[in-house]
Amino acid sequence: MSTEGISVNAEVRVQIRSDLDILNARQQGRRLATELGFSLTEATFIVTAISELARNIVMYAKTGEVLLTSVNDRSRCGIIVVAKDQGPGIADIRLAMQSGFSTSGSLGLGLPGTKRLMDEFEVSSKIGQGTTVVVKKWRS
Amino acid sequence: MEVPILKQGSYLIATIQSDLSDTDLRDLRDALVQRVGKLRSRGVIIDLTSLDMLDSFATRTLRDTAHMIRLRGAETVIVGMQPEVAFTMVQLGLSLEGVSTALDLEEGLGYLNQRFGGPRRGA
Repeated sequence: MSTEGISVNAEVRVQIRSDLDILNARQQGRRLATELGFSLTEATFIVTAISELARNIVMYAKTGEVLLTSVNDRSRCGIIVVAKDQGPGIADIRLAMQSGFSTSGSLGLGLPGTKRLMDEFEVSSKIGQGTTVVVKKWRS
Repeated sequence: MEVPILKQGSYLIATIQSDLSDTDLRDLRDALVQRVGKLRSRGVIIDLTSLDMLDSFATRTLRDTAHMIRLRGAETVIVGMQPEVAFTMVQLGLSLEGVSTALDLEEGLGYLNQRFGGPRRGA
């Protein structure tokens, strides 16, 4: 994902270590999304995506960080969420992208669901090194 | 942050007032399951009117809560879900299958009264 032509307005970095940090990341996300003028529904999508990604960090990597960035392109404005950890990594990304939530409550990583909430989605992961998920949502 | 749980006759009403951490949700689940037995409640209403987000963990925990309460002989009704929260749940492919829902507290109580023929007095 290129960052040319993008001016960065606000950046919030949230260290993720516990479920309270997930809450904090959500609240920061809500604030940023509201400031950017997203609709209530869009802001809710963004906050939920942040929550899913932050929880993955707590559950699988123990620690990591969520970086929230507001963006102002020439023709659009929006939010970029980067969830990054140095955890065990995802063994099979394709499998992770196929498995979603099931009514039996099996966990999975919730990545397909998170992807559905946002406009852009990118995941990169290396076994033993960590995982980075980047999602973006643009103002309509 | 503790969720207030009120007793109304043979029903319990838990009103979620803000964004809850995972621990808060688990505590709520445990508190409701405990109290249903202690107070011999027949119905539990969980009011989500003030909740602005429900992710997969929260949905799962609510569903588990309702199931655990049913195993103890009581019925759970989830009320007051906001439209954008419902929308998000559907987008995520989540469901509250097996859990009764109602529009608001009044409807929830009406539903429970219909099921149990009115709140038991002096329980």
